[in-house]
Amino acid sequence: MKIRFDILRRKDPESRPYLQSIDYEAASPEETVATALTAFGEEGRFTDTAGNTVEPVRWECSCLQKKCGACAMVINGKPRLACDTFLFEEGKKGRIRLEPLGKFPVVADLIVDRSILFENLKTLQVWSDETVRTDEDNTDSAYEASRCLQCGCCLEVCPNFCAGGSFAGTASFVPQARLLVSLSGAERERVRKSYRKHIYEGCGKSLACRNICPAGINIEQLLIRSNALAIWERVRK
Amino acid sequence: MRNVNIIGAGLAGLSAAAVLAEKKIHVSLISAMPSERAQSVLAEGGINAALDVSGEGDTPKEHMADTLRAGGDIADPEAVRGLAYHAPEVVKRLIDIGVPFNQEDGHIAQRYFGGQKKRRTCYAKSSTGKVIMNALIDVVRRYEAEGYVTRYPHHVFEELHAEDGVCRGVTVRDTYSGTSLAFSGPVIVCAGGLAGFFPGLTTGTTINTGEVQAGLFAKGVVFSNLEMIQYHPTTIKTSAKRCLVSEAARGEGGRLFVDRGGSRWYFMEEKYPELKNLMPRDVVSRKIRNVLHDPACGDQVYLEMSHLPDEVWVRRLPDLREEIIHYLGIDPAKDPVPVSPAIHYFMGGIDTDAQHRTNMEGLYAAGECCSLYHGANRLGGNSMLGAVFGGSVAAETCAGEAKDDGSVSPDVVNSREDGAVRSSFKNELCGVLKEALGIVRNEDGLTRAKDEIRERIVPSASCRMEKMIAALAEAMIESALFRKESRGAHTREDYPKRDPAFCGAVTAALVSGKLEISVRRISGDENPV
Ligand SMILES: Cc1cc2nc3c(=O)[nH]c(=O)nc-3n(C[C@H](O)[C@H](O)[C@H](O)COP(=O)(O)OP(=O)(O)OC[C@H]3O[C@@H](n4cnc5c(N)ncnc54)[C@H](O)[C@@H]3O)c2cc1C
Ligand code: SF4
Ligand code: SF4
Ligand code: FES
Repeated sequence: MKIRFDILRRKDPESRPYLQSIDYEAASPEETVATALTAFGEEGRFTDTAGNTVEPVRWECSCLQKKCGACAMVINGKPRLACDTFLFEEGKKGRIRLEPLGKFPVVADLIVDRSILFENLKTLQVWSDETVRTDEDNTDSAYEASRCLQCGCCLEVCPNFCAGGSFAGTASFVPQARLLVSLSGAERERVRKSYRKHIYEGCGKSLACRNICPAGINIEQLLIRSNALAIWERVRK
Repeated sequence: MRNVNIIGAGLAGLSAAAVLAEKKIHVSLISAMPSERAQSVLAEGGINAALDVSGEGDTPKEHMADTLRAGGDIADPEAVRGLAYHAPEVVKRLIDIGVPFNQEDGHIAQRYFGGQKKRRTCYAKSSTGKVIMNALIDVVRRYEAEGYVTRYPHHVFEELHAEDGVCRGVTVRDTYSGTSLAFSGPVIVCAGGLAGFFPGLTTGTTINTGEVQAGLFAKGVVFSNLEMIQYHPTTIKTSAKRCLVSEAARGEGGRLFVDRGGSRWYFMEEKYPELKNLMPRDVVSRKIRNVLHDPACGDQVYLEMSHLPDEVWVRRLPDLREEIIHYLGIDPAKDPVPVSPAIHYFMGGIDTDAQHRTNMEGLYAAGECCSLYHGANRLGGNSMLGAVFGGSVAAETCAGEAKDDGSVSPDVVNSREDGAVRSSFKNELCGVLKEALGIVRNEDGLTRAKDEIRERIVPSASCRMEKMIAALAEAMIESALFRKESRGAHTREDYPKRDPAFCGAVTAALVSGKLEISVRRISGDENPV
């Protein structure tokens, strides 16, 4: 299977971005974008369509099985994980365009600095000073909320999130939901307050983030549950 | 404030950081990527502790005995005792920080795992590592907000500072800005296994490059049991890597078979009527290799799970099923899954005492990079335990004895103009290692590999790290050559039996630039080699 990759590249944050096109012969359509990028990381193996030697393309990866969030990028216009994107899906038209996520500062090529994700979790005080109770009622919700990869795909599509703004977005609310469903007493009040301020008040509830999460976290259900717990107090757990 | 540097922010690094911060010691937590991307998040099946929730009479003593036996009797019994007896406490602490373990009848659930007759493995569906990491990250975040932990989450190891056999700190490079930072104070290494030596061939991550270990080895740090590499019997091949099919699949009732004369032969059940498909991993992987060499058998082993009740797919292994469907297009609830053994874990690594001290003062190691608990073969569910427990022991030891206070903030230093390790170098070296260090080894293959590393795999003149990696790779081969016996994961065709002379750790170290290999026997020193 032959695919032309158009990659938006940049040597460092100061230099100008440019588009480089590389023709790639995949051994099988079951390959993922990550497999191609691993190949593009090999020194001197590829020449671009303009005849220049391709300098190793910089991108981040770790698990190569959609479990760590490292390889999130914009693939044919959609935020996705490179290791979760098969060539048979996105390469049907023979072309795949890769760009870095747009809501974070670019470091180089497809690498962005997602520090804001972790800063936000600190701002929201996503931790507990007390024992966290999980029981048969809340274990499933706590499990679901523990699965966030901090990849940032959900923020890419969110009309209300911008780095540095007061709205922390889905990537913060999912880990926070673990505490919301498991805490009680004063600690729970603290988390509720933070949820109201940093999530509820900023979220437009458009649910553009609904079908984006590569971990398949049921964001809509977690949002409804969190709203019930933090705003309406309809359910205890 | 005192400062301790931790390299690696997986289970071991986070666990160590939490212990130190609790004592109001500042931690510089250095990792190639944020914790969310560490290999620990991949752990699926569970974590062991003899809690005896199902009333089978399980005890820490039995946990200890199983661990030592599966490890070929070469792990330090005192260290393993500590591990097994503290395991219930470790799990209790994880429950208290809110890890959503599966529950049954109002208490934590436990499943069967390889090499153990009792239900001893606590789990959260098949994403146990991810949910434990998530809870530990939250714990460390609080210390970070309080100023006791500073994270350096896109920083890679450059060089250990060693003076007269004492560790004084470490230099790392910020991969985003290119700046090098020098940290002073003691160092706890929690850098994971050597998956990076085998690109594309392991179940692990690409960020565990083994560069930290190579850098320490070059400075004279002693390693042990480098020849002990665990091949997990059930992995599936994707275009990028080997993905694990957790032992939990067999713990919940999955059966291995191969076609023989047109019918399914459940070879493990016939050969091992007691533990059946749940024999320790070294045994299962060897057996798979053997049946595949048997001309009467088909050339693919399958894992049959279609008979598992819906309850298992919904409550206990939903993520595993999703993953197999996603990458192979096979639904394990309906059809058998083609599986094969692949590299999964490194029992060998940095040599430490039971308190996690290395041979270098001020340098400690814990987690998968350290060889302490698992001997010649690791039991499933014991490595998360070893990482969480070992990290905390290393931190306690370091807190109790570190003389050098270190400085809370690092100095910006000139970067060495050192080239990056080339992927062509890694791939070539991997080609040699994988041939020589398969499930079954022999003198010829190992000697050939040694020669190839010396003569054919030429490190780049502009990259010191390539040279250090080659030296550690050579030590792996030499260790495998040295251990002239078969034990645990190390099977020598030419020495098929266990030899009491090798009942202990095979150690490897560079002494004045020369590789020295020897054996440190576990009990007494009759028949020294
Ligand atoms: C697919 C899979 C499933 C598993 N399932 C289980 C299971 O069910 N039960 C069980 O007990 N064990 C399991 N294991 C094993 C277990 O997960 C690991 O052994 C354990 O998590 C290791 O933890 P660690 O903290 O030592 O290392 P890791 O989690 O690997 O962390 C290593 C850290 O070191 C950092 N690092 C590496 N190199 C550098 C460098 N050069 N510079 C700076 N930082 C660096 C990384 O960024 C990372 O933060 C599994 C392993 C895999 C791969
Ligand atoms: S519902 Fe809309 S505003 Fe709220 S997090 Fe999702 S995308 Fe953003
Ligand atoms: S919620 Fe989903 S999309 Fe958003 S950061 Fe977490 S894993 Fe990524
Ligand atoms: S590399 Fe981990 S999610 Fe893609």
